[in-house]
Amino acid sequence: MMKNITLYVNGDKKELFVPSHKMLLDVIREDLHLTGTNKGCDSGDCGACIVILDGKSVNSCLVLAVDADGKELLTIEGLGNQEGLHPLQQAFMEKGAVQCGFCTSGMIMASKALLDNNPLPTEEEVRTALTGNLCRCTGYISIVEAVLSVPVEGGK
Amino acid sequence: MRKEEFNVIGHEVPKYDSLSKVTGTVKYPTDIYLPGMLHGKILRSTLPHALIRNVDIRRAARLPGVKAILTGRDVPQVGFGAERDFNPQWGDQRILQATKVRYIGDEIAAVAAVDEETALEALALIKVEYEELAAVFDPELAMLENAPEIHEGVKNNISIHFPLVFGDQELWKQADYIVEGRFSTQLVNSTTMGPRCSVAQYDHAGNLTFWRDTQFPFGLRMELAAVLGMDAKKINLIRTAIGGGFGSKISLQPFDGVCALLAKATGRPVRIAYTREEEFSCGHPRHPFIFYVKTGVKKDGTLVGREARVIVDNGAYNALGPLVPLIAMHPFVALYNVPYLKYEASTVYTNKTFGSAMRGFGNPQGTFAVEQSMDMAAKELGMDPLEFRLKNVNKPNTTSINGLKITSCGLEECLTRSAEKANWSEIRGKQGDKKRGIGLASLIHVGGGARVFGFPGVGFSDGTGTVVKVDDFGKVVVFCGATDIGEGSDTVIAQIVAETLGVDYETVFLHKPDTNSTPFDLGCHASRTTFTAGNSALLAALDAKNQVLELAAKLMNASPSELDIKKGNVFVKSEPSRSMDLVEVVQKGHFNFTNDGDGQMVIGKAVYEPPNEITDPQTIMGNMAAAYAFGTHMAEVEVDIETGQVKVLNFVAAHDTGRTLNPLGVQGQTYGGVAQGIGYALNEETIFKNGKVANAQFHDYKILTALDMPPIQVIEVESIDPLGPYGAKGVGEPGLVPTAAAIANAIYDAVGVRMTDLPITPEKILKALDELKLLGSSV
Repeated sequence: MMKNITLYVNGDKKELFVPSHKMLLDVIREDLHLTGTNKGCDSGDCGACIVILDGKSVNSCLVLAVDADGKELLTIEGLGNQEGLHPLQQAFMEKGAVQCGFCTSGMIMASKALLDNNPLPTEEEVRTALTGNLCRCTGYISIVEAVLSVPVEGGK
Repeated sequence: MRKEEFNVIGHEVPKYDSLSKVTGTVKYPTDIYLPGMLHGKILRSTLPHALIRNVDIRRAARLPGVKAILTGRDVPQVGFGAERDFNPQWGDQRILQATKVRYIGDEIAAVAAVDEETALEALALIKVEYEELAAVFDPELAMLENAPEIHEGVKNNISIHFPLVFGDQELWKQADYIVEGRFSTQLVNSTTMGPRCSVAQYDHAGNLTFWRDTQFPFGLRMELAAVLGMDAKKINLIRTAIGGGFGSKISLQPFDGVCALLAKATGRPVRIAYTREEEFSCGHPRHPFIFYVKTGVKKDGTLVGREARVIVDNGAYNALGPLVPLIAMHPFVALYNVPYLKYEASTVYTNKTFGSAMRGFGNPQGTFAVEQSMDMAAKELGMDPLEFRLKNVNKPNTTSINGLKITSCGLEECLTRSAEKANWSEIRGKQGDKKRGIGLASLIHVGGGARVFGFPGVGFSDGTGTVVKVDDFGKVVVFCGATDIGEGSDTVIAQIVAETLGVDYETVFLHKPDTNSTPFDLGCHASRTTFTAGNSALLAALDAKNQVLELAAKLMNASPSELDIKKGNVFVKSEPSRSMDLVEVVQKGHFNFTNDGDGQMVIGKAVYEPPNEITDPQTIMGNMAAAYAFGTHMAEVEVDIETGQVKVLNFVAAHDTGRTLNPLGVQGQTYGGVAQGIGYALNEETIFKNGKVANAQFHDYKILTALDMPPIQVIEVESIDPLGPYGAKGVGEPGLVPTAAAIANAIYDAVGVRMTDLPITPEKILKALDELKLLGSSV
């Protein structure tokens, strides 16, 4: 069965006609052509597909697109702008937190969701917030350093 | 040159491609969507060993949206696998099986359909009739006389057997002590975060464009041409961004050939992307090994030699399995000064998913056995394990008994500096009731190329080609065949070009590689890219620089030798105020201001072949690499004797980098390596039930999370290699090579149990502690 939905994607209103069993991740990649959100496992384990939906980080592979109807969706493409990168993006580059990059957008989105709610997290809080994001390249050390280095005002 | 004299080398520069990755604009193969593109899916064997009696595709073919179906009868039955290497007969794989399956996951048929859902529905409609055969999963049972025959005519399922002896066998008699042990390692998965994917498209002239996250574009093109029976000239292999490799994306896999054939059959682009379950079940994991090791020492602590019987669990096909025991041999034959080695290795088929390459390629397995044996020998001698190693440590400018020429060598410094940082002498053997301990292990690995890949009927190469083009606006474009799989080699190449040419890092651009436009390269393996591609880039940049200086000399009334370039400024060395902008020099060359005939363009080029040797296929003698990397890991652990849980409290990793070109890169490689090493030591294992992978998702196969990581202190030892680019050696693989052994040795120091079977789970610890109690020793 197909259904009409409306998503507010990175600030833009999008009307979509999607199968009712289609996952938000597949709609983001195939219908919205936003391929910065990655499919690593399709089972909610790896966090490569994390986006921010109405202010909360979610594994978009576990959310039905129809359940996101009417909601605000922020993907990695919605971070930063022509004037510059978001402080998290800048910090990930400077601290060497990026290697193969496949986990990076999910890591940044999960970190943004954390900083939006807790602008001054402890190292333990950062590590806990990122346990749903798997990375095979970095051992997480530079990623945690990058998140902790973001100035308070930049978190928002 | 001293570190301070470099403008780019040794500086922390941001990773070359990190902007595309933090903004989500990077393109992995799964991000390629072509107009009219179809989705391919593979039907895989559900039995570990069986004859294929019939494959009925009639119902699947009638499903709307299905555009093509292929079975083993429809595809060329060309053998592939390890044919690039020593022996063409090792190529035992087929892109689709026609008559027999040998593991759960073997490819039987493939479908191309309008979307993935339809392709999966079609797979469910294909009916396979099997005749099940007895299967064998344990390599030691597979070697017995009455074991099932997995490949026709392969006696005792032994794919290859190496009976090797190096050095002076007589010395063995001089051993005062001989310690013995059996060590075994498990099958682990690379778990690259990005699943592998290929996209194929034919044009009307029959040219194939093929996108793949491959570690070895030129090798994949050669293999594709062979399995498709097509002219390699008609293939352009485009290497996309790679969501992690760790070795698992080095070779052609059946789905690559299938993808191309489905595109040919339908006349439309086709993509095949692995699911995570396929990654775990058919994703080229690390080979499990069994080692029976004897280590001989004299009373004064001198190492006399080693004897080892080694069994490699190949799985169902060779891939690179016949070679992996030879790299596993490196710690046996060349870690510390080893005057004698007897090494008898067999690679044995079983009905399971098969290994290929994974970070370290046999070395993590071999080092686990060797470095625990070293601790066992030290105990027998009553020596401190650190002191014992220092007594036998590798020295610069020595040759191992199998012909490895060790030039630069920072192992002694790695041992002493890590001991200092980890407080070795304060902690070792003094834990009392705390159940804490410290352990160490070292490593040797190829760090200057590795002459191991050949093309059948052509020969072996270990080279990389690079072209450096400086254009009329000062943009420096590098065409290099090398492949960055995420580890950062593109960054290092850009740094080397910037430093050598005398320009800013930001002005250097790397052309994205494809076989039509970038020069030849032997792929990302053996930690070779910094060394070989780095040297190639250095020489090409030097060529370009000399061309700029020739032009500038004419424009500035000087001789080229009087000039130099720094930060894009060409100047007279003795009178730096006499200078010209590099951009102006190149522009004036283009537009023939020098009035010497045609305009001049700056295009530097170079091919670098390291001065290493092909290993003799009979004696396995030869200097495989032009440089060797060394390192020492020290782990401090706490063991909970109630639960068996091991906690890594602190970790020190010292690595001989030759010279650190990018500190962020070396740290990143080491952190990530240690994380993989801790997982290998304590909790990662692919579990089989009757040949089927039972934990094919991340919620069952646990890799470390951000909460599981101990603090890691990285020490960079700079031994300045005489042949490395600016003295650098490869550091990609070493980060995990000694980790498991260091942790096992630390567990022994903490609670007195010798853990010889990976992974070291709480159950195994508790069992070992119980056995220790029965022996009457109190923990």
